[in-house]
Amino acid sequence: MEIKGKVFKYGDDINTDVIMPGRWCHLFKSEDLKRHCLEDLDKNFAGNVKVGDLIVAGDNFGCGSSREVAPLSIKSCGVSAIIAKSYARIFYRNAINIGLPIFESLEAVAAIENGHEVSVDMAAGKIINHTIGRDFTFIPFPEFMRDILSQGGIKDYVLSRLK
Amino acid sequence: MGMTLTEKIMASHSGKPTVQPGETINMRLDMVMANELSARLTFDILEQWNVEKVFDPDKVILIPDHFTPNKDILSAKITKVVREFAHRHKIKHYYEQGRAGIEHAVIAEKGLVFPGETLIGGDSHTCTSGALGAFATGVGSTDIAAALLTGEIWMRVPPTIKIEYQGKPGKYIYGKDLIIHTLSQLGTSFATYKAIEYGGDSLRYLAITDRLTMANMAIEAGGKNGIFEVDDVTIGYLKRTSRYLEKPQDIIKLRADKDADYENSFMLDISGLEPQVAFPFSPGNGHPISDAKDIKIDQVVIGTCTNGWFEDMKLAASVLKGRQIHPHVRVIVIPGSVAIQQRCIKEGLAEIFIDSGCVFSTSTCGPCIGGHMGVLGPDEVCVSTTNRNFVGRMGDKTSKSYLVNPAIAAASAIAGQIMHPDNL
Ligand code: SF4
Repeated sequence: MEIKGKVFKYGDDINTDVIMPGRWCHLFKSEDLKRHCLEDLDKNFAGNVKVGDLIVAGDNFGCGSSREVAPLSIKSCGVSAIIAKSYARIFYRNAINIGLPIFESLEAVAAIENGHEVSVDMAAGKIINHTIGRDFTFIPFPEFMRDILSQGGIKDYVLSRLK
Repeated sequence: MGMTLTEKIMASHSGKPTVQPGETINMRLDMVMANELSARLTFDILEQWNVEKVFDPDKVILIPDHFTPNKDILSAKITKVVREFAHRHKIKHYYEQGRAGIEHAVIAEKGLVFPGETLIGGDSHTCTSGALGAFATGVGSTDIAAALLTGEIWMRVPPTIKIEYQGKPGKYIYGKDLIIHTLSQLGTSFATYKAIEYGGDSLRYLAITDRLTMANMAIEAGGKNGIFEVDDVTIGYLKRTSRYLEKPQDIIKLRADKDADYENSFMLDISGLEPQVAFPFSPGNGHPISDAKDIKIDQVVIGTCTNGWFEDMKLAASVLKGRQIHPHVRVIVIPGSVAIQQRCIKEGLAEIFIDSGCVFSTSTCGPCIGGHMGVLGPDEVCVSTTNRNFVGRMGDKTSKSYLVNPAIAAASAIAGQIMHPDNL
């Protein structure tokens, strides 16, 4: 999927309880995950988000529970990427494993506001803010994770280890 | 160069003499765990991958504990799928509802991981077992799927941060107070992608269950794991586990090398520390109890995987004994495991809880994750011994939770507001 769309911007320490509240953690269907995504943080998110849109946030995005329904719910909404200052590690792993692109860039987060038009050029390693006409580089992934992301998730790697 | 505890375990499980922080390894797993929620998603992933296989049915732990006893039809369907999978694959450590308890407490008391062993679990608080000198970390359902198939996991070797506690803990100071204090001093992401190694002289004054509480909350600092060296206290505990009782064995006294390389070290002096209260909406928002003035409460939760150990039950009961819960407050006591629940009954604690007006529940996650058995309504205020007080964690998004140790929780239940037991 092309990474290009409108930005929904949030602050620091966005935890998995507000991304996908515990009371809905027994829902696994994509429509249900989509409906409840971020509901305790921004009740308008699920209704307004469009395919391709991006989430931009501060430090420690995805802290808390290991629930994989958190990144899955974001993916189900059609979000093409997350750009944050930093991620909590289980969320980071889960996002890589399910092939949800996530990027780290302090400068980009500082210069992107809610509603800006942003795209990411993976090959060039660039985050482009079309609204203000500036680009930023993101912190490159370690090689192993780059491979997993380019395969759209961990599946092929795991199945190759089984042979 | 020497190795930290975490590096030693990672090296021994990846067939290498040494490992370096930053290196990516394939780590062999001694145990793979999932609860009903993470397991259910894992099975969907296996189905999408078109493969169903378990690398070793003796090394898999499946425990339905979050929404159990099944809180609704959807939960019943989920546990049914897990039960059927467990039977189909002859999973040795599948524990039916009412026969074990909350995953992290069950793993500890049965000794399912010993010092130097590795565990991953589909639950962020899997790090609890680090108290016993194991490498234990939480992951998501895709990682559990991969681990069920292969018995290994890709891991980046984390740098280690050492936290040492010095000074003698005062009255009513427990592991919970040390960890909330640590989070309030160092923040809730100081250990992201990192291993925490806890140590220092203060540990001599604390029980193994205090260490379990502290390891449990390593994830609240963002830690990959939180681990303790193995000493006589650890060994004393492990010798009471079902694994040891069934088959006595050597327990390795795992220690870090003297010349191990730590990314950072912190020394926290806990002499004079007051009991800690983590205010909403972060476990890192810790304050001394003297700051918690006139905070009226609606509910108290005592127990779960953070503070549902037998010592915690005893501590709460010692405060509640002969007293009545405040008329406006409801209290839910949840032992970490069925074995702890039974001990509470045998040793008279259950009677104290019920006499004072508490709900004495079977072991379940229940209100900790806002699931059932005590979900908070709009604007309600809760004092809880659990580990997280995020927005909406325990119920309605306008509710608030304050995290404390079991003695403070019990005293607050009686007073109807946050209270130190000495002020009752
Ligand atoms: S008791 Fe709470 S923190 Fe512990 S495993 Fe259950 S939901 Fe997670």
